[in-house]
Amino acid sequence: MTLLDLIALSPILDLGAFSIVTMLVLAIRRHHATIAVFSFVSCLLTLAILPWAATSTPRTVTALLIVDKYALLYMGLLLSATMVVISLSYRYLKLHFSEQEGVEEYYLLLLLATFGGLVLTASAHFVSFFLGLEVLGVSLCSLIGYLRTRRHPLEAAVKYLLLSISASAFLLFGMALLYFESGSMTFRGVGTVVERAQTVPGLWLGGFVLVLVGIALKLGLAPFHMWIPDVYQGAPTPITAYIATVSKGAVIALLLRFATDVGALKIDALAHLFGLLAVSSMVTGNVLALFQQNVKRLLAYSSIAHFGYLLVALLAGGSAAAEAVTFYVIAYCAMTLGAFGVVTVYSSERGDAERFEDYRGLFWTRPWLAAMLTLSLLSLAGIPVTAGFIGKFYAIAAGVDAGLWWLVLTLVGNSVISLYYYLRLIVTLFDDEPAPTTIPQGRAVQTTEAAGWTAVFSLGLVASIILLLGVYPEPLMEFIRDSVSNLLMVGMLRP
Amino acid sequence: MPRPLLSARLCYSAFLRCNRMVLWLLILIPLLAAPLAWMGQQWSRHAARWIAIGALSIDLLLALLLWSQDHRFQDSGHGSWLLESQTNWIPLWGISLHLGLDGLSLVLILLTAFLGLIATVASWTEIQVRVGFFHCNVLLALGGVIGVFLAIDLFLFFFFWEVMLVPMYLLIAIWGHEQRRHASFKFFLFTQAGSLLLLVAIIALALLHQQASGRPSFDYADLMGLTLKNGMGWWLMLAFFIGFAVKLPAPPFHSWLPDTYTAAPTGASVILAGLLAKTGAYGLLRFTIPLFPDAISEFAPIAMGLGVMGILYGAVLACAQTDIKRLVAYSSISHMGFFLLGAFAGTELALQGAVMQLVAHGLSIGALFMLAGALQERLYTRDMRQMGGLWGAIPRVASMALFFALASLGLPGLANFIGEFLVLFGSFASQPFLTILASIGMVMAAIYSLAMMQRTFFGRKREARIERDLSNIAFGTLLLIAVLQVWLGLYPRPVLTTTMPVMETLIQPARPSSNLIHPPSEFLPSSNSFTSHVSAP
Repeated sequence: MTLLDLIALSPILDLGAFSIVTMLVLAIRRHHATIAVFSFVSCLLTLAILPWAATSTPRTVTALLIVDKYALLYMGLLLSATMVVISLSYRYLKLHFSEQEGVEEYYLLLLLATFGGLVLTASAHFVSFFLGLEVLGVSLCSLIGYLRTRRHPLEAAVKYLLLSISASAFLLFGMALLYFESGSMTFRGVGTVVERAQTVPGLWLGGFVLVLVGIALKLGLAPFHMWIPDVYQGAPTPITAYIATVSKGAVIALLLRFATDVGALKIDALAHLFGLLAVSSMVTGNVLALFQQNVKRLLAYSSIAHFGYLLVALLAGGSAAAEAVTFYVIAYCAMTLGAFGVVTVYSSERGDAERFEDYRGLFWTRPWLAAMLTLSLLSLAGIPVTAGFIGKFYAIAAGVDAGLWWLVLTLVGNSVISLYYYLRLIVTLFDDEPAPTTIPQGRAVQTTEAAGWTAVFSLGLVASIILLLGVYPEPLMEFIRDSVSNLLMVGMLRP
Repeated sequence: MPRPLLSARLCYSAFLRCNRMVLWLLILIPLLAAPLAWMGQQWSRHAARWIAIGALSIDLLLALLLWSQDHRFQDSGHGSWLLESQTNWIPLWGISLHLGLDGLSLVLILLTAFLGLIATVASWTEIQVRVGFFHCNVLLALGGVIGVFLAIDLFLFFFFWEVMLVPMYLLIAIWGHEQRRHASFKFFLFTQAGSLLLLVAIIALALLHQQASGRPSFDYADLMGLTLKNGMGWWLMLAFFIGFAVKLPAPPFHSWLPDTYTAAPTGASVILAGLLAKTGAYGLLRFTIPLFPDAISEFAPIAMGLGVMGILYGAVLACAQTDIKRLVAYSSISHMGFFLLGAFAGTELALQGAVMQLVAHGLSIGALFMLAGALQERLYTRDMRQMGGLWGAIPRVASMALFFALASLGLPGLANFIGEFLVLFGSFASQPFLTILASIGMVMAAIYSLAMMQRTFFGRKREARIERDLSNIAFGTLLLIAVLQVWLGLYPRPVLTTTMPVMETLIQPARPSSNLIHPPSEFLPSSNSFTSHVSAP
């Protein structure tokens, strides 16, 4: 391992080291604010190190990891999202825990989960893939059940645990089959077998499908989406935001690299399978979202649909697809953080504000919060001036470019359906306020309380990113094109 | 030269120098005034209204200035832009901030600013809660509409096309009448479905340009030069047509309209019927017809058929309504049917009639919605069965309603007549049968308009509790619209000459051999051209 390898690997090492230091600090000084600030700074420093790491890319570090601009871009995304989640969490945890109850490990687990995510973005080998996924999954499982005195979080944690285990089982068996056929555990090595042989071996295909099932379980693509609504609803809201952005973002980064390196989309059967997953996710997510009365569940179903849109872009193949997927993921992270951020800020110690009635007339009582939620929802619906529109534009463009007319039309039809439930929530925000007597007393006090400056600051940042990407996306587009071309090139250069 | 005159000259020349900026000013003034209007609520109840009026008046003045300047451009630019402004936006995708002004957009911008003022006046007494936010939304929507009329980069066009949607939705959802929730949803879903089809078609066009020339482009001029294989051209044209026809609306995409127009507050109804419908019409004239000349020549009879269907369907249903706002809404479908008939007839006469119809319908429908709103404010109902004999109680409302009912039924001497007459005249050559059917619509317009008058203002008096007539400001506004109607009815030349170069370019690709183009000074053709017209097919 040379110095250059270490430089390339520095973001991952950095965050790993900081996780350990956090653990040590916890042993010395248990203080909520200190640990929160420390974990925030850890992410910030790791983020700051990314440009330095970029100087030595693209670089294969051992057989396990490959650090290229693509990986670093996704790392940046994951770290920023983690920072937003940390700043949202602080007040939320203060509401739910007294000082002596031990909230501090929460931040340690967050750092560890993000560490797993970073490994995923850079993995080029089944071992690193699996390790990264497990680190992420195990940390998340404890985070979901972190409010250990409540029923819903515990239920959600158990559900997530079962999901994780079954996903791992599928993955491991699939990997074993792929290894059996190809004799290699690197993504590229797995792909070369198919390129050499004229026909695709049946077991290889089976192995790939099993791995895909494992990934689909993690991403919550229909028909593997059963856990999503329950976990989204049950988990503490900042953690819901974390699952939706960091966890799914890392897995989609991995899926993109895996599919590109293996050359999965060149195989007709697999391309059809991806198409089927995309259509079923879009339709299931959107249709089921129509019936929801709970904001968190609504956003959960909408996330299923959004990953269906992402698959449409992914299916287009080539650099256009990689660009579209990456832009969409970034936009999606921003708007999801915005939406869940509002839910977090609006929640009180009595429980999360998740029913539609909680939001009735919010615009007239807390206009900024409601405006933020409206912006996020409009962005999720893909209305211009927001990042979501450019994301959808990119996805449609990729689909049209590849001639996937039916998928594009399904996407369009689904966007219209999705508009209905987003509008339902938006119109609730603008409804007349309920008469003061109907508000439970605790909430009335709560609504006037300040959101906490960290949350306000991070939400403001997210809002400005949504708007900026919607109005002036050019710089990010250039940046993504630059980074992604790297992914494809490295894919070809590697032995 | 006297001093004040000199300084006026200087101002004018400065204005000319920066007139590229003027295009952006036209859009930005309402958009920037919008948050100001919202904040204005704190200062006084009427501050928001005055800010809206101020911003729209400046816009109107700017547009009028451009119009006065326009005559000097007339000789030079036939079909080219009178004013153009281009800045890079997303070069990676060939997207630029490209605005262009020609006669058609100028006329429609004048209409926008004017109807914006009408909408503000119309909501003067009706909107009493959240006044600031109401006017904020009105201004945002109008900024979007002006942007739609100016953008000639298709991506930018789509951007503005959607920008006007959200504020419109909020206007209906927050300040609307009984069925507001239902209506606002229907409005948004229908228009958004059309828009997304449009978006797919726009992207497909840009990517076809990439295949042809190696780089994607959303620019109007680039895409005009694109040759499309027939099948593809047909599908894309259909997507463009549906996207715009939903806004127009043409049957079978109209079912959102009656609910929406009825549930919207008066100001929003004026904007919806007077302006949003016109954006759809503009889209057809600006994009659908010129971009796909081949497909259009095949599709024109179908589009004209849909137009006639709209005329008759709207008129029949208008006759059956008891809700006065609903009646006006259905009459709007009927009148926009005339536009569709004229736009696809393929003769310059019909096209000019179609544009005239846009302006005239915008004016008359705005006034009618304002009057319907005034009635509802006074009677707390829109049901005509509960009205009757109101002439004596509210003579100002009644007399104005009579005037605009006559305008709407196409009384000669008023602007609507010019539009409908030219459309029918121009379409007869290509589709005589459809034209005959369409002219039945004019008869039915007389039936429903007069029935409306009869049921509300004449007959036995039922309501005794009305005490106030129209306020001076509302009455003055309506009088102003009436004057404009008479002016354009007797002397339509200003509108026709301004839009003529655009219409000429529309006609050329489809029918290069057409020799019916007549000098701008005569809006009525000589008998000579009429005979050649008839014998042409």
